[in-house]
Amino acid sequence: MVELTKQQYIDLYYYMRLTRSLEERLTILFRQNKVIGGLYRSLGQEATAVGTAYALSKGDILSPLIRDLGAMLVRGALPREIFMQYMAREGGGSRGRDLNIHIADLERGFIGPISHLGDMVSVTAGLALGARLKAKNIVTMVYVGDGATSTGAFHEGVNLIAVLNLPTIIVMEHNGYAFSTPTEQQCAVRDLIEKAKAYGIPGYIVDGNDVVACYEVARQAVDRARQGGGPTMIEAKTFRMLGHAQHDDQRYVPKDLLEYWKTKDPIDNYKRVLEQKDILKSDELDQLDRRIAEYLDEELAIAEASPFPDPASLLEGVYKEPIRNASSHLP
Amino acid sequence: MPVVTYLEAIRQALFEEMERDPNVFLMGEDIGVYGGAFKVTEGLYERFGKDRVIDTPISEAAIVGAACGAAMMGLRPVVEMQFIDFISCAFDMLTNFAATSRYRQNIGIPIVVRGPCGGGVRGGPFHSQNVESFFLNTPGLKMVAPATAYDAKGLLKAAIRDDDPVLYFEHKFLYRRIKEDLPHEEYIVPIGKARVARQGSTLSIITYGAMVYTALETAELLAKEGIDIEVIDLRSLLPYDEEAVLTSVAKTNKVILLHEATRTGGYAGELAATIAEKAFEYLDGPIVRVTAPDTPVPYSPPLEDYFLPSVEKLAKAARRLAEY
Repeated sequence: MVELTKQQYIDLYYYMRLTRSLEERLTILFRQNKVIGGLYRSLGQEATAVGTAYALSKGDILSPLIRDLGAMLVRGALPREIFMQYMAREGGGSRGRDLNIHIADLERGFIGPISHLGDMVSVTAGLALGARLKAKNIVTMVYVGDGATSTGAFHEGVNLIAVLNLPTIIVMEHNGYAFSTPTEQQCAVRDLIEKAKAYGIPGYIVDGNDVVACYEVARQAVDRARQGGGPTMIEAKTFRMLGHAQHDDQRYVPKDLLEYWKTKDPIDNYKRVLEQKDILKSDELDQLDRRIAEYLDEELAIAEASPFPDPASLLEGVYKEPIRNASSHLP
Repeated sequence: MPVVTYLEAIRQALFEEMERDPNVFLMGEDIGVYGGAFKVTEGLYERFGKDRVIDTPISEAAIVGAACGAAMMGLRPVVEMQFIDFISCAFDMLTNFAATSRYRQNIGIPIVVRGPCGGGVRGGPFHSQNVESFFLNTPGLKMVAPATAYDAKGLLKAAIRDDDPVLYFEHKFLYRRIKEDLPHEEYIVPIGKARVARQGSTLSIITYGAMVYTALETAELLAKEGIDIEVIDLRSLLPYDEEAVLTSVAKTNKVILLHEATRTGGYAGELAATIAEKAFEYLDGPIVRVTAPDTPVPYSPPLEDYFLPSVEKLAKAARRLAEY
């Protein structure tokens, strides 16, 4: 295992803190009615998204889940893009046609999810297959929640990845709840990783709140995949500290569970690691936090300057060349 | 000019496109070593190898999903559904991912999903379906349904070269029954262009797929009675050639919409609405639908024969409309 450099340790903190601060801004925007539709937070899960995504290299591609904003940021998504997406502006990657983190940039190496859970497993497999046919040595990574592992799409996708021995990492974020449904009502295995055996894929459990551990297990999987060793499944055990979306007060979650997982906050604990390892002192961390806050101010200002999309553009982009009859469907 | 079957025309299109463009590859169940359930891909595995003719698990959703991913990487996947009936297993991938990707994230998905459709071969409820209506209400998809060997080849080439997802419905009843001389030289049949299969003046029958032959046979039968039928073969269903449809209606002033799929919510309804909206003034009679009734496709020969639109039923409808 390659030891992380000081800068890499700092990067991991930076992306987790950026994720949380960005989402905190989105919460304010939501309360100001500037966010259109739902807001999905990853509070408490930032380490999983950031640590695993950080193991990828240039050219690799990941497909995040709704709670993997951190993975998008690691791959180079800009806060302004996320703000614009959540505020349904023209400048967001989807030009107001789709929500939140549903945006893609193959150059930077991310494709947003669709809302139908499990579907991105086979799409991500296809990215790896396509790259293989083009003789490009890339690794792809797909994120699923505990709920998505119940879908047929997940099963078909993972099985195809296994059979074709594709360089694809499947990260299962086990955060306790799929909307209001606890994992024990989702499937009868205690550890999701038991499913890996059924596909003939190596599987590892990792503390999803430990960003370095997430990085290390993902890095090993990525290196193995890049060398032709095929796919890996990773179960990151973590916890969703807020409701499914902003409207959900998660009264169905036992208070003691939330209390327990609060002590395992990935950012608080990682701050202590950085101080103990003498990588950043407390005041340096505060300074970095302030820089992130200023950066988000600038990014938000850019996003707020973006107009809403023009209804006249409605028909653009359904097909490469507009189909001839389309205009006749307009009122 | 060599005589080739409808099936061989499809195989030729696959072969020639794979020769032309290294980004074209095939995925499907039993398409490699076995050459496909109907032998459409026979010989392609031997010629192009296992990397470009990929046998997959029985996972229609994952096959289409993986094709979408590969298409995003610049490939041109052609997916086979062993029977088009099984495309319903991939409905989510097609309608939610493939059809929306360009609109949502500005990434086109140039895939072709092809497979044998249609009845008349005693396949029963799950090996005889016509699925075009399932997908008609999905912007972002294209659909084609060739009736001739010439079009089967030319439309498949167009579909493979198209930058958007195309569903390609090949009628299994026609696979070995239709034989034509095909040109040696390369040709493409553009998506969205209909064909006048027979000129006529009394009334128009607008149809596609195997029903083109039912319409032509009916036209020959009724010609002896002085009823001169025009047959329009749509070839493309989404987008379809609205101009050709309206031109024919304006010419004959009477129209029958014929398809093998069932009636309610069927393709004919969409055509009827367009004709009523845009050619109402030209109509000298009601818009008539001749379709299968609203049942699953039955298995037993007397049931299936009664289910499918026949020359007899079509002729009866045409006589009545001609007299109107």
